[in-house]
Parts: sequence; C-alpha cells; structure tokens
Amino acid sequence: MAILETKNLTYTYGIGTPFEKTAVDNVSIAVEKGEFVGVIGHTGSGKSTLIQMLNGLIRPTAGQVLLAGQDIWEKPKEIRRVRFQVGMVFQYPEYQLFEETVLKDIMFGPKNMGLSDDEAMERAKEAARFTDLKPSLLEKSPFELSGGEKRRAAIAGVIAMDPEVLILDEPAAGLDPKGRDVILAQISQYHAHRNNTVLLVSHSMEDIGRTADRVLVMNGGRAEMLEPTRTVFARGDQLEPMGLRLPQITAIMRRLRAMGLPVSETVLSVDEALMELIPLLVGRKDGEVQPK
Amino acid sequence: MISDITMGQFFPGKSVIHRLDPRVKLCLTVYFIVLIFCAQNFVTMAATIFMCLLGIALSRVPLKLYLKSLKPILFIVVFTGVLNLFYGTGEPLVQLGFITITRNGILNSIMIAVRIVVLILISSILTFTTSPTQLTDAIERLLKPLALLHVPVHEFAMMMTIALRFVPTLLEETEKIMAAQKARGADMESGGLVQRIQALIPVLIPLFVSAFRRAFDLATAMESRCYHGGAGRTKMKVLKFGRVDFVSLAICAAFLAAFIALNILIPPAVVR
Repeated sequence: MAILETKNLTYTYGIGTPFEKTAVDNVSIAVEKGEFVGVIGHTGSGKSTLIQMLNGLIRPTAGQVLLAGQDIWEKPKEIRRVRFQVGMVFQYPEYQLFEETVLKDIMFGPKNMGLSDDEAMERAKEAARFTDLKPSLLEKSPFELSGGEKRRAAIAGVIAMDPEVLILDEPAAGLDPKGRDVILAQISQYHAHRNNTVLLVSHSMEDIGRTADRVLVMNGGRAEMLEPTRTVFARGDQLEPMGLRLPQITAIMRRLRAMGLPVSETVLSVDEALMELIPLLVGRKDGEVQPK
Repeated sequence: MISDITMGQFFPGKSVIHRLDPRVKLCLTVYFIVLIFCAQNFVTMAATIFMCLLGIALSRVPLKLYLKSLKPILFIVVFTGVLNLFYGTGEPLVQLGFITITRNGILNSIMIAVRIVVLILISSILTFTTSPTQLTDAIERLLKPLALLHVPVHEFAMMMTIALRFVPTLLEETEKIMAAQKARGADMESGGLVQRIQALIPVLIPLFVSAFRRAFDLATAMESRCYHGGAGRTKMKVLKFGRVDFVSLAICAAFLAAFIALNILIPPAVVR
C-alpha cells in the first residue's frame, strides 16, 4: 500500500474574489514507502501548495490526502499527529530557529509530540549526528552559527521528530556549492539509513538526477508525470515547454551520443557519465575516440 | 488567514478617483468625515451619504471589498449603537425597569451607527485607490509648512513609507514562520490564554530577528544609493493638480455651501 496518496487533490486560492486561482488541480499521485521522490516544476506550478497539503498545513478545497490509507482530515482536531508523521522542511528553514540553544531548538518538535525531556534530547542528539552538527555547537545560540550550520540545525529539528515521510522544499537553496553537496549527501544517507520516504523539491535538475528514484513533474497545478527518474529525463522535449530542463550532464551525454559515441541515452550523474566515458578513453588507440 | 485583511489595501486602477491628486483625496477624505459628523438633519446626512456612495461607484473597486472592510468594525458599530440607544433625552417611548428608550435615543443610535459606517467607507475609498507611496507623498507635501518649525517632515514621511511598505512583507513572513512551527507540531489553536501567548514565542522571535535583518539590509541598500534625507531631494513624480482635481474641488465647495445652508435651515433630527 502507498504510504502517501492523493485523490483528485485540488486547492483554489481566494474563492469568490477577483483573485481566484487554482494552484493545485486534480492531482492524484501515490508514493510508496521507502521511495525517494524528486518534485520539479516551474515557479508557480503548485509544488509548494501541494506539499503543504500533504502534511495538513493547508486544507484542500477538494479531494483527499491519504496517509497509510487514512484520510488525514478525517479528524481535523488530530491534524497535528499527521504533521509528526509527515515532516516538512521549508525553504530557508533557518529563519524558524528561536530557542536559546541549538539543542533546545531541535528538541522543540519532539517535545511537541509529548516526549519526555530525556527522550527528546536523545532524539535531538541523534538528529544532530545525522546532520553532522558537532556536539560543541549544540550548546550555542542558533544565531551564532554559520549559514550552513543553521540550515542543518533546522533540518535536524524536523528529522528529530523521526517522520515516516520527510518533505524538503529546496533544502540547498542559497548555500555555497560545498554546503549544497553536504546537505544533499546527508539527506541521501539519512534516507538510506532510516529507509523512510523522502520528497525533495528542487530547482536543481542535477540534484534531483543524482538522488531521486522517481520524479514528480508539476506544471500549471497539474501532476504531469510521476515516473522513474531515468524515464522523466529521457523526455527532455516534453520538459522544456514546462520551463524545465535536463541535468547538464544528461544533456552533454545526449549530445555526445548524437555525435555518434556509444554512450547510453539517459545518464543521470557525473559518476555514471565517468563509468561510460572512461572505458571509451582507455580503449582509444590513435589519440581519438572512435565513433561507432 | 491573516492576508485576508482588506482594510488599508490598495487596489490599482484607472478610475477618476484613482487619478485624483492624493493631496486632494486626503483632504476630501477628512472633509467628508467632518461633514458626516456635522450633519444635523436627515437631508444633509443623506446628501453626505450620497456623496460617499458616489465616490464608491466612481472608484470602480468591487463593492464586495468595501463590505469586507466593514466586517472588522461591525462589533463597534453595534456596540456604540446599542449604547446610544439608552442615553436619549426627552419623552420615553419604552420603559423597562431602569431601561428607558426615547425617540431621541433611537435616532441618536442610528445616526452614530451610520456615521461610523460612512467614516470607514470614506477612508476605504482613500486607501483602496491610493498607493501607500502616493499617500505618504501627499502627507509629506501637506505637512511641509511644519518643516519651518524644524519638524523632520521628510524623515517622518520616509518612516511611514517604509512601515507601510513592510506590512504585507511581514504578514507574509509571519504566515511562513507559523507554517514552519506548525509543521514542527506547534499548537496555536488550543489551550488557555497563557498557553496561547507562550505558543507565540516561536513565531515572534524569528519574526523580530528577520525584521531587524531586513532593517539592516534596507539601511545598507539606502546608503549604497547615497540616500541622505530630505534636504535638496527632488521627486521623480511631482504631484500636480489636473482638471479632475479642480472639478472635484469645485463640486465639493459647492456641496459645502449647500450643506451649511441646509444644516441651518432644516431643524436637526435630534431635538436637544
């Protein structure tokens, strides 16, 4: 059974005003347990509204969100329990830090779940390990940390709730290249270790290409595709009209293939590309790669 | 949602009212508010209400939005209306124990309610059709004589512009932070007063931090563009009187003459 499913999910802003706009339009998708799903789409394609409905922050105007088969709005009073199971890391999450110390801030979520101080602290320390925050940082004020550290502390604050589904909205936005790599690697590691379900929203096709099992493509409020990453990125001609593009490495390898090199059609990461290109270089004889 | 608040929201448009000089609009707003409170009899009252409705019609802003702006003050209208009901003088119409209702009381309470409603509607016409920048421009221009008394009029206007500019930004920010804390299980909908106030801490602290961050960023941006206050500063858009302004001022002057005459000639509705 799918862990997270939506049925004809729709959200319309400002019903009855001149500003009425359907942000999410009849979306029916299913995400399996343990999957890593990338979510891509042009700005204004409805990604943010969609993910906020998945953990009950926004109530849909029509349709359902099913968490492990249960409609999350069946008992509106217990919506907080859904939020503990579907963890959400917003864009620029460091702006939500508020406690005196980093540790206390990470403990905020677990304590809201009703855990004791000891349990919450245990959870917080484990989450800090996952996000590679040094123990010495935990007693500092969150406002003393560097940008990347703040970001990781904020992500730890959500991971500490140990959610069944983790949704991250642009977790690497605004970080330097190294910070990006660190955050993404940690998310992948966390996913591999916990084997929970992850939804990653990103504008970086490269990040999606190297992390996601499947990709959800949003366009104009509709879910255009939810297919394995390789299938989605094999359809570059369909992505382009939606304001999306292929990962750079995928595009390069396609061009090489078009020039006649024997490489596969859809390559998703630099590592994969190396695996294909090195044998070709090793096999060369007269200083040039031979076209087929 | 917080962003549903319509009071003080600007709706861009090209109507006659939109094109009026903001100084004229500001003065006329005050003028009509004074008139509605000076109106002593039904004729002058109705005439002022008519002018207010005319303004609403000319503004081409959907009537629904005006009604929405009235919603938050509904309670005040009813409350003052009911209160005035019991403080009438003259012959009692109904007497129930210590409650006395007179003809004057009823008239008074209706008039007060109507006055507050008209007051809000008139100010809504101003805020719906005037952008915050235009409004502060007008205030700055109108207060300029005070500069002679060493009142920092320009700085005052600039502060107001900035404050108004950041209201929607901070509202949006508040919503974002609230969503983020709710996602971490913050409970803002239940509990007693103390719990609710405590639940605001996770929202207020990040909000203050971000407001200060924005203030520093803005100060840097202003300084890097060599902003140095009001002295010698010219305007890109100089306020200028046009035909619409003269026509509307003339109409309002004529209206004032008629208003004064009728207010004196026709006996007041509430007999003292």
